[in-house]
Amino acid sequence: MALLEISNVTRRYGGLAAVDDVSFAVEAGEFFTLLGPSGCGKTTLLRMIAGFEDPDAGRILLDGKDLAGIPPEKRPVHTVFQSYALFPHMSVAENIAFPLKMARRPAEDIHRLTRETLDQVHLSDKRDHYPHELSGGQKQRVALARGLVNKPRLLLLDEPLGALDAKLRERMQLELIALQRDVGVTFVFVTHAQQEALALSHRIAVMNEGRIEQLDEPDRIYGFPRNRFVADFIGSINLLEAEVAASTPAHLLLRTPGLGEVAAPPALDVPAGARGALALRPEQIRIAARGAPHELKNHFHGTVEDYLYLGDVTVYKVRLDNGQTLEALLANSAPGRAKFFETGDPVSIAWRHDAGRFLHD
Amino acid sequence: MPARFWLWTAALGVYAFLYVPLAVVVLFSFNDSALNAAWVGFTPRWYGKLLHNPDMLHAAGNSLLIAVISSTLATILGTMAGIAMHRYRPRLLPFLAITPVAMPEILLGVSLLLFFRQALDLTLGFVSIVIAHITFSIGFVALIIRARLAGMDESLFEAARDLGASPWETFRRVTLPLILPGVVAGFLMSFTLSIDDFVITFFTAGVGVSTLPLQIYSMIKVAVTPEVNAVSTLLMALTLTLIALASRVAPEVLKGEA
Repeated sequence: MALLEISNVTRRYGGLAAVDDVSFAVEAGEFFTLLGPSGCGKTTLLRMIAGFEDPDAGRILLDGKDLAGIPPEKRPVHTVFQSYALFPHMSVAENIAFPLKMARRPAEDIHRLTRETLDQVHLSDKRDHYPHELSGGQKQRVALARGLVNKPRLLLLDEPLGALDAKLRERMQLELIALQRDVGVTFVFVTHAQQEALALSHRIAVMNEGRIEQLDEPDRIYGFPRNRFVADFIGSINLLEAEVAASTPAHLLLRTPGLGEVAAPPALDVPAGARGALALRPEQIRIAARGAPHELKNHFHGTVEDYLYLGDVTVYKVRLDNGQTLEALLANSAPGRAKFFETGDPVSIAWRHDAGRFLHD
Repeated sequence: MPARFWLWTAALGVYAFLYVPLAVVVLFSFNDSALNAAWVGFTPRWYGKLLHNPDMLHAAGNSLLIAVISSTLATILGTMAGIAMHRYRPRLLPFLAITPVAMPEILLGVSLLLFFRQALDLTLGFVSIVIAHITFSIGFVALIIRARLAGMDESLFEAARDLGASPWETFRRVTLPLILPGVVAGFLMSFTLSIDDFVITFFTAGVGVSTLPLQIYSMIKVAVTPEVNAVSTLLMALTLTLIALASRVAPEVLKGEA
């Protein structure tokens, strides 16, 4: 039995469905992420699990028990809020002890668990400080410690890394993974940052307009997006409009306006004549000087229209001879040079026949 | 430069207009003369005389008791109203709470008088004064509490519930400690309003019960004696202290956020 089961849950505001007939299950010990743009319903879903809002339809089961009508304080579910919501009139230790006190744990348990948890998040020296004396990362850790100290069945995290700067965010991501592994508490994490979701999660549910577009492991979500929304939302991607010319167990032959025939990996459920788009990640596209030898079937000429130098890699925007533009990514790893091409350089681009994915409309 | 000069002059003029009369009262409360005419010399004896005036002491006792009771009740009711205004965003409640604050005192006084006499058939006295003072204090407290809550992160209260606190525990352990400065400030403001009030008290006091402002009024009908100056000075000192305290614990009282 799954730890958390969301079954046909709908929540409407006015006439609009913020969460529209959503179902999924989270297993015990999992790091599960709800990913989507703002307004996709992920936070509403989280608030319904926490008990701050009630579903208009559907059921939320925890350990097989329906949570309907159970107030937030009676649910073995704690939340780490985006603003951290640390109690400003309580010290770090008092904040962390709060859920234990509310659970009427004996004084010695409160003492011991508070101390252990402070150690776990490396804040023992801050126990008597007040929230306003802490840095963003420290506040974040107190909020986590407070959420975990009473060993909830489920910890909900609402964009907890959103307020941190990039460097700190990366460090907190690693800490979060380690913490979740150590305490073994099931995490349901909400974010709009796709990289964060890919880095942290065991599984990701990509949400859009109140529905789940795809639920999968991070590498499946990135490598095999199910539709245009998921492909476009996760990372950057090139979409080539195409029609299936032939579908065989070995490959798909696509007809694209302007580029002619293009080979793509097989998709047995797609019949000839189907319309859609070929999705190609920029790192799947090879870019080379015009005239360099090549052995790939999908091979076209173009000109560098623009580029984005990111240090480790450069993203080139290449305009093909038929007017279409594609993004290609190249690692700047060759010794002695910072990047390879300039705006206006004639180049050739190519990709393997088994790269990319056909998205059937 | 001239613009600056005139601005300062105007500002000083206004301050003088506001505070010179008060300063004169304070000064003459120490004047060694029974007449309020010319400065003769320094004496504290008028204050000593106050302490032996049974009418004055009785009125002061009434004033303090009324202020303590009415501001305590007004603080409790006003805090509840302020929280309700913040949480449920009603349209009518803020309007109802602020009306007694904004209404001309004489109107409130007359209508309370009519209400107590005609509608309730209440004998005017201590109780009617207390009720009247609660009426005009609630609005102040509610507005202070609402202003305090408005600046607060809503998720604090949700976090308390989320971490296992019942609604009552959330109020006791999170909401109340966080609004406490506002509660204290509200109490002090109500206390000040109550102890200074003349007009509404005048209408709702009936016969037999006198408060300090009523007592001062009845004394100056005869003459402005140094004794009146002395009691006025004491009242002024108390009021200023309370306002200073209130703005100390909750700076929003003076910022006009209410």
